[in-house]
Amino acid sequence: MLKIENLHARIGAKEILKGLSLEVKSGEVHAIMGPNGAGKSTLGNVLAGRSGYEVTAGTVTFDGKSLLDLEPEARAAAGVFMAFQYPVEIPGVNNTYFLRAALNAQRKARGGQELDSMQFLKLVREKVKEMGMTPELLNRAVNEGFSGGEKKRNEVFQMAVLEPRLAILDETDSGLDIDALKQVAAGVNSLRSAKRAFLVITHYQRLLDYIVPDFVHVLADGRIVESGDAQLARELEAHGYAWVRERTPAEAGA
Amino acid sequence: MTTSVPFAQSMHAAALQRRLPGSGLAWLDAARAEALQAFAARGLPDQRNELWKYTSLRALAQRAYAASDAEASTRIVDAAWLPAPALRASCAVFVNGAFRADLSQLDALPDGVTVQSLASALREAPEPLRFLLDKRADDDDDGFTLLNRALAADGLILNVALGVEVRDPLHIVHIDLAAEAAAAFHLRSLVEVGEGARLRIVEHHAGEAQTGHLTNIVRDINVHEEAHLDWTVIQQAGADATLLRRSKVRLHDDAALDLHALELGGKLVRHEIRTELAGARSRFDSRGAFVLHGRQHADMELLVTHRGRDSISNAVWRGVADNRARGVVHGRILVQPGADGADGSFYNKNLLLSPDAEIDTRPALEIYADEVKANHGATVGQLDEKVLFYLRSRGIPLETARRILVRAFCSIALEDMRPMPLREYCEALLAEQLPEVSA
Repeated sequence: MLKIENLHARIGAKEILKGLSLEVKSGEVHAIMGPNGAGKSTLGNVLAGRSGYEVTAGTVTFDGKSLLDLEPEARAAAGVFMAFQYPVEIPGVNNTYFLRAALNAQRKARGGQELDSMQFLKLVREKVKEMGMTPELLNRAVNEGFSGGEKKRNEVFQMAVLEPRLAILDETDSGLDIDALKQVAAGVNSLRSAKRAFLVITHYQRLLDYIVPDFVHVLADGRIVESGDAQLARELEAHGYAWVRERTPAEAGA
Repeated sequence: MTTSVPFAQSMHAAALQRRLPGSGLAWLDAARAEALQAFAARGLPDQRNELWKYTSLRALAQRAYAASDAEASTRIVDAAWLPAPALRASCAVFVNGAFRADLSQLDALPDGVTVQSLASALREAPEPLRFLLDKRADDDDDGFTLLNRALAADGLILNVALGVEVRDPLHIVHIDLAAEAAAAFHLRSLVEVGEGARLRIVEHHAGEAQTGHLTNIVRDINVHEEAHLDWTVIQQAGADATLLRRSKVRLHDDAALDLHALELGGKLVRHEIRTELAGARSRFDSRGAFVLHGRQHADMELLVTHRGRDSISNAVWRGVADNRARGVVHGRILVQPGADGADGSFYNKNLLLSPDAEIDTRPALEIYADEVKANHGATVGQLDEKVLFYLRSRGIPLETARRILVRAFCSIALEDMRPMPLREYCEALLAEQLPEVSA
């Protein structure tokens, strides 16, 4: 589904990703871990299409097509979703209105039928139930005045409505207490399916106790230096990121 | 000097040509003549005048205007120019500066409400208007108020008697239609909301694109003790229109005014709203938004004076400018001695959608009383890239995302507008205006 090959990206003159390669198949959950500054968030932003990042080499294909050539909205329509580390507040834009605009824009871009407001409300009510979302949040402006936990739950709720094929979770655990973390993880787990892949970007192993990944990759200095299964995350937690650097001196120093 | 420019020449010519209603009355003739002389001496306001600092009239000074549209009272008006029948129970319609009884609907107004055109009032019973029209030039006058005094041929005289509640809004509609030549219309109006009375007015400006007309409105609005006025402005003047308004509002003890303004049309548009919170516990809330594109110029002057104890004013205004448009917002709160306990605020946020657009915003506070609360804030910025990206990352195309955000930005001006059908109508207008933004 997603194939990243030898990806190099920089912000201004600063090179952040230095030859990152990764393949994600449908149904898989991949965790990307790494110390601060390793390039975790840059990876998410480059995949989602945020401006300010320059890709200097490498390719990213999604279902065989180049993702990097697409505008952010086209990537979303293709099925890429990013749950943001810091979801923005949008005063004056109602959550339900926003979601409907997003869903219909995606359906339209894919050549499908737009949902009318009755159809959409029905869908949203179902999703509210499934995700245990507070219905009252739907009538408020997007993320305005939401607590940290509410914002992250709203991201997962959007994911449930938009049903992406690839979901990127950018440090979704940051700033959450344990209860909020469990709720968010439960939401994500309910969306796991054979047709959907997840890229879970996180600094801590904690989140991975609740969203158990199929693969764990360690990102250091702009590239993946070690890959393994969920066990790797637990070893990292026990030994720290320095442990990876010791084990992989050649790559890490490159 | 000033009389040599085409604009001033055309105004003097108009004064000679036109037989105004009420002419022959000695006091009125004298007041008009004196105002014209004062205009000749002062000319148009220039940018040294603090209230005209960002609005240049140099181009206007080079234009000449006809004294009137001879067919104003007979022109056929397409129903599309009038507010939807569902919205209006009552309306007073002006076409090219002339009141049109044939298009107005005033039968449904309750007893105690009188509506009259200035022209007919001057013909039938001018004396009660002497206090309004028999004035000498003073420091508050500028070139346009003087011209208005010299040349006003029509207007609206509206009176709501003590205790009368007018439930359905009265729509006051100004329509510009193309005439033989671009003409200047000077309108003088008076609104009296009697003690304990309640009134809603909705002021509309609409018109054809290429009329080139100038409309110069001066009005006095008095809201008496414990009375309440709701005033909504829906300004969609034609693309080539010049619209200048001076509204002088006086609020007595416990009186309240809620103003909502949506300024969308016109080429050169200005509204100077001078509100005097004269009475104790009087209140003035204003919310407004302008959305400008092309080379539109809009100037909102909000001059609030607190005189009454514990008087309250709140202003929340939003401005959006695209292309080469120019917006001006001036919010001045003056708290006079004796207005102890006054509470005044002015907040204005503006959005520039193009590098060539410009908005100048100036908040000002002057306080001469005790225990006063006063706040102000003004910003000019651009759409937040982070927020735009957030919308796009959810699949919303860039143009739609911009439109959603601009609309949300302005929507605060409509938030508490009532009744609901009127608010929905305004929201739809705003949405309609936005596809033209940031093309």
